[in-house]
Amino acid sequence: MMASTHVARRGHALARPSRRRPGEGLRALLWLSPWIAGVTVFFVYPLLSTVYFSFHRYDLFTLEFIGLDNYRYAFSDPRVLQSALNTLWLVVFMVPAQVVFALGVAQLLAKLKSGGGILRTIFYLPSLVPMVAGTVAFVYLLNPATGPVNQLLAWFGIAGPDWFGSAAWAKPTLTLLALWGAGNTIMIFLAALLDVPRHLYEAAAIDGAGAWRQFRSITLPTISPVLMFSAVTGVIYAVQYFTQAMIASRVASGATDSAGTTFTPGYPDGSLLTLPQHLFHTGFRDWSMGLACVHALLLFAVAMLFTLILLRQFGKAEVTS
Amino acid sequence: MRFVPLVAAGLLALSLTACTAGKEAPPSLGAQPAASGTGQAAAALPPATLELWHGFSTDVETKAFEEAVAGFTAKFPQIKVTTKKGIQDAQITQAIRGGKAPDVAASFTTDNVAQWCRSGAFQDLTAVIEQDGIDLGVLPAAARAYTEFEGRRCTMPLLADAYGLYYNKALMKGGQPPKTLSELTELTKKLTVRDADGNIEVAGFIPSFQYYENSPSHLGPMVGAKWYEDDGTSAIGSDPAWKQLLRWQKELVDWYGYDKLEKFRKGLGDEWGAEHPFFEGKVAMILDGEWRNAMIANDPEAKDLDYGTAPLPVADDKPELYGSGFTAGTVIGVPRGAAHPQHAWELVKHLTTDTESLVTLSNALRNVPTTKAAMEHPDLAKDANFATFLDIFDHPKTTSMPASVNSVFNQDAFSTFLIQWEKGAVKDLDAGLAGVDKRIDDKLKLSGG
Repeated sequence: MMASTHVARRGHALARPSRRRPGEGLRALLWLSPWIAGVTVFFVYPLLSTVYFSFHRYDLFTLEFIGLDNYRYAFSDPRVLQSALNTLWLVVFMVPAQVVFALGVAQLLAKLKSGGGILRTIFYLPSLVPMVAGTVAFVYLLNPATGPVNQLLAWFGIAGPDWFGSAAWAKPTLTLLALWGAGNTIMIFLAALLDVPRHLYEAAAIDGAGAWRQFRSITLPTISPVLMFSAVTGVIYAVQYFTQAMIASRVASGATDSAGTTFTPGYPDGSLLTLPQHLFHTGFRDWSMGLACVHALLLFAVAMLFTLILLRQFGKAEVTS
Repeated sequence: MRFVPLVAAGLLALSLTACTAGKEAPPSLGAQPAASGTGQAAAALPPATLELWHGFSTDVETKAFEEAVAGFTAKFPQIKVTTKKGIQDAQITQAIRGGKAPDVAASFTTDNVAQWCRSGAFQDLTAVIEQDGIDLGVLPAAARAYTEFEGRRCTMPLLADAYGLYYNKALMKGGQPPKTLSELTELTKKLTVRDADGNIEVAGFIPSFQYYENSPSHLGPMVGAKWYEDDGTSAIGSDPAWKQLLRWQKELVDWYGYDKLEKFRKGLGDEWGAEHPFFEGKVAMILDGEWRNAMIANDPEAKDLDYGTAPLPVADDKPELYGSGFTAGTVIGVPRGAAHPQHAWELVKHLTTDTESLVTLSNALRNVPTTKAAMEHPDLAKDANFATFLDIFDHPKTTSMPASVNSVFNQDAFSTFLIQWEKGAVKDLDAGLAGVDKRIDDKLKLSGG
């Protein structure tokens, strides 16, 4: 009886409408105002502007309403489809490859008894190299005619591929570059792995669980928030992939920048043309900012879609585990 | 109380608007008393400090440009000029949009002239040119064409690039440079050296559209090809000259073997470095700009190269084109929002029409001076190799890439097709070129052309 009375009292207390002190709402708004200002200025306003400009012919100086013309053009432009598919490829293949590779290396580093410090430095160092320099170095190393990699392969009687010069090889080669620079992800995974309580493994070993079972039933569930973080940030990064693809494409094509020449992004055969590159090129080199805004909205929708899918999947996995 | 933040935001917005609304619009060109540049009229301009943005970046270039500007300040002692080097077009555009435009801006590319003219980002110079009695006939027709758009002259040519043929005399073994495409093919086959596996060791001429300067705009003048119809739509599919060029080019690519040629091309050194294949004797003939003369002269390894220059070979059935070529160059103008537009125009006028200034700049930078008087000036340094490009620039049939609001897009669309063409992925040339036309025309429609 005592307990039920107590519960009823608590329920009553919770149900009673709270009386706000005067000025409380304003104070809350003031405390939140830096965040509200940030989100408004850097997210809401640009987003609304992008939507607004997408219905206009906008050459950065003059604005003219043209209804859905930019949308009609964008959805019939083969370069949009090509760049969207290239971006999708990076999301589907490059991101998982990077996560799996980083997790594998981190596992090895976590198990090392000695020499771990040197190896950690070796794996982390590439991520300190500026991405432009790293990409240019990769293009030179993998030059099909003069690059040392193909010369080394030839020494073993293997005809090396045309790496960045072949439409079939260009994206996988970019993936190799991404793996080479996965130092940050490796370190994050290593920290997460070292944080998994040892006694769980010891208990599982006593119960007869093998290495694979321990990994599946202990390691993965424990580090799943870190995995989710890496996957989500990896997908967002892949959707916004720009610099490496642009530099690799430009250097491998041997394109020049003199009067009467232009560089067509995406060499070879548009295989390295990502959606952000196409957006940039359309807006700032073709002077079609209205059309570029359609590309930007498409990019935003794709990034949102993938992020939501990932969050949902990881949410389900967490509930199951 | 809940509306207080909204009211505060509104007041803030109003105050910001008030801040900007009170500003006076910057003066536009022609609104101030005119000055002709000498004597009393020059003194009529009040003292001012001009800001000049340009793309020159190396020490030699910047020094030469500063000297040309010094000639102006000697003429107008009350005007100071501060220069900013290494400026790209995007920076100029952004500054104009942000209301922070310099007084004078120069660009290395002509690709943005149409947009700058159409949008009014650069001010129309027509009125002041007429006011000052400047005869634009002192400029070759091609240079006039690439500096204006639809009757709006918003830029002037500063220095120009002209394109011709460079040939390695040692590799040519006494042979004369080709004058027709047939001769070029024949010579290419004769001069090309392969190893036992058929790999190219020395190429006579690289016909690939992907090779350094072999863009369609540079090669098009060899057959007199035109880019646009009079209404601005694409003429690529309808002008038989392009098909003539493409078929000749493909035949030569196939003779090499596309894969062999690509392997050779990809193994070549950087275009702007000391390992340029022409310097190293890996290519006997190249299409290049007049600036290559200076690069050869300044390269410690290549300076003794025995080479010659000539106009580009032309279609066998169009001998009248021989001597012409492609030209484009640096453009300079007065952006919208310039603080001192009239002073700025005087500076633009000096840099683009003063013979002494152009000769000084050309001698330092080894680019083609843009006026006929400068080209004929006795102080202009011109050996035989450089003189070739002066003649090409002045040739009545020399052309430029016509100004278009979609200049970059159109070149991209065509270049993308050409890569497919030379690798043999295009089965129907007519249909392929019609596809290029469609892409260009659809984009033109979207751009309001």
